[in-house]
Amino acid sequence: MASVELTNVRKVYAGAVEAVKGVDIAIKDGALCVLVGPSGCGKSTLLRMIAGLESITDGTVKIDNKVVNDLGPAERDIAMVFQNYALYPHMKVYDNMAYGLRNRGMPKDQIDKRVREAAATLELTHLLERRPKELSGGQRQRVAMGRAIVRNPKVFLFDEPLSNLDAKLRGQMRVEIKNLQRQLGVTSVYVTHDQLEAMTLADILVVMNAGAVEQIGAPLDIYEKPASTFVASFIGAPPMNLIPVTSDGSGLILKDGTRIGAQGLAVTDKDAIIGFRPEDLEVATGTESHVGGLLLDLKVLGVEPVGAESYVYGIIGGERVVVRVAGRSVSQPDDHLRVIIPKEKLHLFGGNGKRL
Amino acid sequence: MASSTRVTFPNKFLPYLLLAPQLAITIVFFYWPASQAIRQSVLREDPFGLSTQFVGLGNFKRILSDPNYLNSLQVTVVFSIATAVIAMGFALMFAVMADKVIRGKGIYRTLMIWPYAVAPAIAGMLWLFLFNPSMGTFAYMIRSAGYNWDPLLNSGQAMLLVVAAAAWKQISYNFLFFVAGLQSIPKSLIEAAAIDGAGETKRFWTIVFPLLAPTTFFLLVVNTVYAFFDTFGIIHAVTGGGPGKATETLVYKVYNDGFVNLILGDSAAQSVILMVIVIGLTAIQFRYVERKVHYG
Ligand SMILES: Nc1ncnc2c1ncn2[C@@H]1O[C@H](COP(=O)(O)OP(=O)(O)OP(=O)(O)O)[C@@H](O)[C@H]1O
Ligand SMILES: [Mg+2]
Repeated sequence: MASVELTNVRKVYAGAVEAVKGVDIAIKDGALCVLVGPSGCGKSTLLRMIAGLESITDGTVKIDNKVVNDLGPAERDIAMVFQNYALYPHMKVYDNMAYGLRNRGMPKDQIDKRVREAAATLELTHLLERRPKELSGGQRQRVAMGRAIVRNPKVFLFDEPLSNLDAKLRGQMRVEIKNLQRQLGVTSVYVTHDQLEAMTLADILVVMNAGAVEQIGAPLDIYEKPASTFVASFIGAPPMNLIPVTSDGSGLILKDGTRIGAQGLAVTDKDAIIGFRPEDLEVATGTESHVGGLLLDLKVLGVEPVGAESYVYGIIGGERVVVRVAGRSVSQPDDHLRVIIPKEKLHLFGGNGKRL
Repeated sequence: MASSTRVTFPNKFLPYLLLAPQLAITIVFFYWPASQAIRQSVLREDPFGLSTQFVGLGNFKRILSDPNYLNSLQVTVVFSIATAVIAMGFALMFAVMADKVIRGKGIYRTLMIWPYAVAPAIAGMLWLFLFNPSMGTFAYMIRSAGYNWDPLLNSGQAMLLVVAAAAWKQISYNFLFFVAGLQSIPKSLIEAAAIDGAGETKRFWTIVFPLLAPTTFFLLVVNTVYAFFDTFGIIHAVTGGGPGKATETLVYKVYNDGFVNLILGDSAAQSVILMVIVIGLTAIQFRYVERKVHYG
């Protein structure tokens, strides 16, 4: 068990591709840190630098308060679960799990004990004599987990471990990984591009964009207070609605020229963006006050009922928005709705996309 | 690859028609000569080629008790094993090293592949010129290093030379397959093994080499057949089977007895035995070696 600390970590690949641009992350002992971000933002690169599979161009990586920059992967005492699982195809499940222990010269009986314990934890006992190709995707995933936990390492590293599973199994494994991590208390770094996985797993969530960290924090803090429009649109499904506005000092003007009251909204930038979550809109019945909030006109484009809730797609001030309403929606295309965004649910971003 | 949907031709004769050219080639260039050899092997022709006589297994009996033939068998075994092992060993070593090259990968590979384009006889001549005791550059160097180099008289050295030439030519081919084999091993497996605490050598023997088994097995079959049959040109150019009969392999002896000494019956019987040996070897390889191979 150990803390992981990244200080100003950079990675420049041959050919001058700057994949990671100065990242600082501190992960406490036993915490599960999730790196999330769009494809190509440098998540895997960062993880592989922690693992020692990729050289570190600049900055330091500390595991257990010890700089590990110059240590090989084997000496860092980490275990990694790969996206494709990377099980050794010519070895039985048992040997796959025992391989790392054997390489470290552990006595046979101890290896056997550890492997059987890990197998029991992951319900793999009846599969120990099989080869990887004789397993289902979910079982392979478990073996990959098993190979990581038998070693009892200081840190677990996961690179999109669930992306090859179907949606149902993914949900199931997500819960299992979380429980297992809690139970073992091993510090973990988990890479995903799935925001739901990120939200549900993370103790500490790191949102990355183009090689840099956009925001670090507890998942719900990030959800409630995204630091930028990028984070706002990346975290949450459907994503936050973002509407560009201009300010002329006395109020906000939508793209289509509609002037909206903005009492108490201190917008000094000429260009700004207002944002609101799909679930934070209220449909006005005419009587409620909207002091401090925004009262807007929404033209309905279509409705998507998904069961417990419905998504109403529409246009506000020339911008497409999504509204989440409970149960069924009675709205029809071309309806006009009066909607209120309560002031406390309103997010304001500057023209550069940063939160105001 | 058991696919449940099978292509069916509406026309019953079409499949046979499509197979016909390949079958024709096989019949004309394999079955027909093979059957001729079998027929010839039970006949004896008089020295002038005027009359032939059926002798049953007489030819076989004679050659199998001929010490020259047994010598040639032994030479072939030594030559084949040495050639296959050296050609595959070096090819694997080069492939592993080429896999690590980052800059100019393509150039290395192209250069490695060229020897394959050289005809066997030319390859033989090349090695002959380099190591010929009277005019070879390398021979001169070896001799000035104080070593008594004379493959024209020393049978061990002659064997060394033909094995080197034969292996050298085959390395390219093996290299190509090993490179492809190495590329088909997912990088993440190597990385997982590195994290699992296996050093480079250990990774090679516990992960890479076992996963190359299908390639190695395939090459083993190909190299054996190569050493048996395709090395005639090299031996002919380098040693001509000598000194004495030190490098006379079975194929070379077939040629010598049949086309030089014109003992057609013996030569045919030998080629039949040769055919049986190769069929047997291949069958054994597929039956016993392949079982130990895990296809990824
Ligand atoms: N070996 C490499 N050489 C050069 N550039 C690379 C290399 N590996 C990755 N990159 C580049 O670095 C950037 C980050 O890649 P990385 O694999 O870390 O992305 P990622 O966030 O994991 O994306 P994904 O979600 O698609 O896996 C990308 O622009 C990629 O093209
Ligand atoms: Mg990745």
